[in-house]
Amino acid sequence: MKKSEPDDMGHFGIYGGRYVAETLMPVLKEVATAYEAAKQDPAFDAEFRRLLADYVGRPSPLYLAERLTESWGGAKIYLKREDLNHTGAHKVNNTLGQALLAKRMGKKRLMAETGAGQHGVATATVAALFGMECIVYMGEEDIRRQAPNVKRMELLGAEVVAVSSGTRTLKDAMSEALRAWVTLVESTFYVIGTVAGPHPYPAMVRDFQSVIGHETREQILAKEGRLPDLIVACVGGGSNAAGIFYPFMEDEDVALVGVEAGGYGLDSGQHAASIINGQVGVLHGTKTYVLQDAAGQIQNAHSISAGLDYPGVGPEHALWADLKRVRYCAITDDEALESFHELTTKEGIIPALESSHAVAEAKKRAAGMSADSVIVVNLSGRGDKDIDAVLEMTSSRTAEQPNYEVETGQI
Amino acid sequence: MNRIESTFDKLKAEGRKGLVGYLTAGDPDVATSEARMRTALDHGVDILEVGVPFSDPTADGPTIQAASFRALQSGMDLPQTLALIARLRADYAEVPIVIFGYLNPFFAYGYERFCRDAAAAGADALLVVDLPYEESEELRQHMRPVGLEFIPLIAPTTPPQRAATLLADAGGFVYYIMVTGVTGTSAAEAGDVQTHVERLRRATSLPIAVGFGVDSGAQARAVGEAAEAVVVGSALINAAREDRLAALVDDLRGALG
Ligand SMILES: Cc1ncc(COP(=O)(O)O)c(C=O)c1O
Repeated sequence: MKKSEPDDMGHFGIYGGRYVAETLMPVLKEVATAYEAAKQDPAFDAEFRRLLADYVGRPSPLYLAERLTESWGGAKIYLKREDLNHTGAHKVNNTLGQALLAKRMGKKRLMAETGAGQHGVATATVAALFGMECIVYMGEEDIRRQAPNVKRMELLGAEVVAVSSGTRTLKDAMSEALRAWVTLVESTFYVIGTVAGPHPYPAMVRDFQSVIGHETREQILAKEGRLPDLIVACVGGGSNAAGIFYPFMEDEDVALVGVEAGGYGLDSGQHAASIINGQVGVLHGTKTYVLQDAAGQIQNAHSISAGLDYPGVGPEHALWADLKRVRYCAITDDEALESFHELTTKEGIIPALESSHAVAEAKKRAAGMSADSVIVVNLSGRGDKDIDAVLEMTSSRTAEQPNYEVETGQI
Repeated sequence: MNRIESTFDKLKAEGRKGLVGYLTAGDPDVATSEARMRTALDHGVDILEVGVPFSDPTADGPTIQAASFRALQSGMDLPQTLALIARLRADYAEVPIVIFGYLNPFFAYGYERFCRDAAAAGADALLVVDLPYEESEELRQHMRPVGLEFIPLIAPTTPPQRAATLLADAGGFVYYIMVTGVTGTSAAEAGDVQTHVERLRRATSLPIAVGFGVDSGAQARAVGEAAEAVVVGSALINAAREDRLAALVDDLRGALG
């Protein structure tokens, strides 16, 4: 499939666009124009590359997980180690790019929404790096679930604003950030953390994250002399997935699988599988698949992992799903938790709960594949932030969790 | 002549400023919100904005967010909002009614069916907060045949060139958002508003309503100086919850003539 590029208004097919209050339209155009100019500027690219290398620590390794491969008994499993980036996740690739753009536009303050806190930490980090102010909007529930990241942001000098509306998670943090941006629009650059939101964010974030896929391509060619058979990544808003998928779009032999959060199971109604179980709608400035009721009210998502706990998804993923270039499936909380422990004990790598969803899906597929086939799992982040929550859940889960059938519909 | 035009003609002839009132349908339940809307109209609101509740009102401040939440809790939805409008229309034949909301509930209902049903219920115009001009054609193509006007929003951040484009294609009246902020944010300086409104005036012959953060008659008079009408929303909701809706509308009416 040819690589998808949005039109001038940011449409990917029928998806994407800009559905925001008039107050924000001019600034979105400014950001888009500035980004187009930056893309053409070799100095911008050079500065981005330099910081990715020397500050983030790229390229991140592509690691052959031998013990996993052996115990799963099928395809060779490679892990793209985004967990080894500075700040512990893929998020910093994007915040660095956007902060450089903000600097170029003369903005002195960054703002961000965050779910797991990884994007908030990554934004606070680059704000410190560039001497900018930083405000992060975070749901109260996520502040509880991801306490270590809140402390990190505060140490980095960011102001963390607790959002108490709705489910007090990522959806509400993003709504509140959009509200705040309307007020702060003149002074502040909004660093969106995923490939969602109004144009140009979905395409811009994808571009900044594409470094993951470009490196993976070079690394796997060096190690295996060929491209992988399958790439698996978790999908919240979809930025780590878009980043690793996009450079492989035109390689039809490389299967691409996006893993949504199945929560308590798709039948439970408590999940975050917007592509598999949502309908087309408009949320947070973009048209895409959205979890909503028949009246068009947005529904609450649920996932064990704060970073996947979002009722929408990036518009380009919606297009890829329709075109069937990327297949989407879901992994439940329990399956993700099991993979969290498995990777920790078999490889000595503690993965983020988000990334654990991708690991679980890879496990399901690996056994059915031949020993000379190759799977790359995007290990989007490390799990330090999740340790308290995991210990809590692992002990409480044994007895009282509703025991929904493990249901992982695929499209 | 449609209801919006004749209302502004009449206001002009009488030398008065228009009062545009916003209330959320279904807050805190259908019957109470309908009674409040009737009170507002009986005390002199010239144009009624009926808010359709949405789960994620990203352009609204705490007051309208909470009103939306209460309305959804009570089970309010778009069909009941249209039924409410039809009941008001039966008793207030001349009052322009604007449906004010976010896009997704309209999208889920289906644009064609929504426009048909809204017009049949007696609505005159739509104001969709998160539908900028560039994305609006798909909805507008279903508004035209049934005679619904698309009310343009203009913000302080809207550059003059852009305002001209938006206004060239607009109907009804222009809604000038006086502050860069969400609804209920404290109001702008009257002087700034005047400058912006005068600039808009050069790009359109439509009446101009100014809004966001107006909560008293005195303030309405000050910011409304250069405009044809003043919009009041959050303050009406707050007043209604404190049983002083009639008094606030009287105050606003008195100040606007
Ligand atoms: C480690 C990690 N992976 C994945 C995600 C999900 O985001 P996305 O789908 O944009 O990659 C997050 C979000 O916080 C995250 O922290």
